[in-house]
Amino acid sequence: MHTLMQCLWRLRMIGAVLLLAVLAASLAPPSSAAEPDEEIGQAVGTVDADTWRQVKSGEDFIDSRHDSTYNLINPSGETWRQIRNEWISPAGLIAIGGMLAILVIFYLVVGRNDLDHERTGRKILRWTALERSLHWTVATLFIALSLTGLNLLYGKFVFRHIFGDAFWANMIMGSKLIHNYAGPVFGILLIVILAKWLKMNLPKKHDWEWFKQGGGMVGDKHPDAGFANAGEKVWFWLLASVGLLVIVSGFVLDFPIFGQTRDNMQWANMFHGVTSLILMTVALGHIYIGTLGTEGAFEGMATGYVDETWAKQHHNLWYEEVKDSAGQPQQSDPPVGDDTATAHRPN
Amino acid sequence: MAQMKFLCDAERCIECNGCVTACKNANETDWGIQRRRVVTLDDGKPSEVSISVACMHCDDAPCMAVCPTDCFYKTDDGIVLHDKDICIGCGYCLYACPFGAPQFPKEEAFGERGKMDKCTFCAGGPAETKEEEYEKYGANRIAEGKLPLCAEMCSTKALLAGDAQTISDIFRQRVVYRGHEDGGWSSVEKAQMSGPDVSANLDEMAYDATRATREG
Repeated sequence: MHTLMQCLWRLRMIGAVLLLAVLAASLAPPSSAAEPDEEIGQAVGTVDADTWRQVKSGEDFIDSRHDSTYNLINPSGETWRQIRNEWISPAGLIAIGGMLAILVIFYLVVGRNDLDHERTGRKILRWTALERSLHWTVATLFIALSLTGLNLLYGKFVFRHIFGDAFWANMIMGSKLIHNYAGPVFGILLIVILAKWLKMNLPKKHDWEWFKQGGGMVGDKHPDAGFANAGEKVWFWLLASVGLLVIVSGFVLDFPIFGQTRDNMQWANMFHGVTSLILMTVALGHIYIGTLGTEGAFEGMATGYVDETWAKQHHNLWYEEVKDSAGQPQQSDPPVGDDTATAHRPN
Repeated sequence: MAQMKFLCDAERCIECNGCVTACKNANETDWGIQRRRVVTLDDGKPSEVSISVACMHCDDAPCMAVCPTDCFYKTDDGIVLHDKDICIGCGYCLYACPFGAPQFPKEEAFGERGKMDKCTFCAGGPAETKEEEYEKYGANRIAEGKLPLCAEMCSTKALLAGDAQTISDIFRQRVVYRGHEDGGWSSVEKAQMSGPDVSANLDEMAYDATRATREG
């Protein structure tokens, strides 16, 4: 019964449509039926210059793939390729290679920044255990991410030819896995460390004078510096700006599950490449100054304590404020906690 | 050596998606992977036009240029293939490809995409055995002397596959008979669609390359 009713209803609908069609035909100008121009104009879909302009502009298209937003031709991919391969890759090599060359030359010409006076043997707490473990964890992750990232960008030009396909396949897969899983950990810890060290890296008036004297890297001058000198502050603010860009762009690339488009990821990749190469380049300088470049600097981050002479020479303002708390390392081995550190760095 | 290319005649493509189905069937691709797709402009309007697209096996392939693992290679026939044992699923080929050819079986956190999959021009890929090749890359019809199934099964012969010279000759012939003024890039010439000869032109516009030429 039900189906019969449906059939009747359908028949009536078809009848109505037919009636409308007949009406429309009788109302239309009589010339149209005999006008082959219009017939053909309607029958043949034309492909002309406008069609290709439309492909380029990405207007009004559908794709037979499920959930696809891909137009017929997406030229942005080629732009990304050109910028990545022709600009970012060589610029990164020049930056990192150039920095290494500058450091080698600087070391050979100027040499290590030695202590001007004898060590007094009195040690001052500079970095707490928590700060040191944060620093070395972030540093390890940074180096791991740098090496795997460099392998992703340049590795294929070197290692595939040296090691062969099988080893290379594992090496590059390992690089990607380490990079993608260590990345978020680095991102979180970098933000933690930036928050922790924000206060002592706020710019002060004497920082400007420090820059004018080139940080005293050449010659005997020792411009004023608090707990962090102006150079360290630049490294901090570089990490707080460029470093955050690395984290954000890396997040866009690492988690392709939030509906970001291919164009978004092209941009993210370019930002990630440029910003991380900047960080790697400057990090080489940071590593040099903290190890080979300055006598007595490395022990600060290794043991937590620096010598009184070192503190006086490199961070005189900080030394003035904390010198009374300095003690003999033999007698005092104070329990290292966060509160102690705050007490040791008033400025 | 041949230079294998696809060519889709947009004035013939009727958006039947037969090529998509033929490809899926020939290569038995993973769930969600559709190596060929049909793009339609102005769907439902008089100016509607469709074109089938997959990997175009570029001469200067952007995917090859950006791949961090260097897993792509070009066969002697100009077909762009890739080695799934070396692919790490980073997605760079997908960023670079203008045609949206590379696809990944999954899209998960930490960039877990799985191995990239794309059209192989039905030429398989690097593998120890035939079974492994089929499992990883799909059919190797080229090795059997056959062309890609999508083009072979195209009902209107809009999608052509083969040596660039051969298929461009076929297309050129069509273009000439349609009366395009400047190669394939302009619309059907308006003059041919008007005037007293229009009905005579109708037959010529319906010319098929498989028919004998009008002179012969």
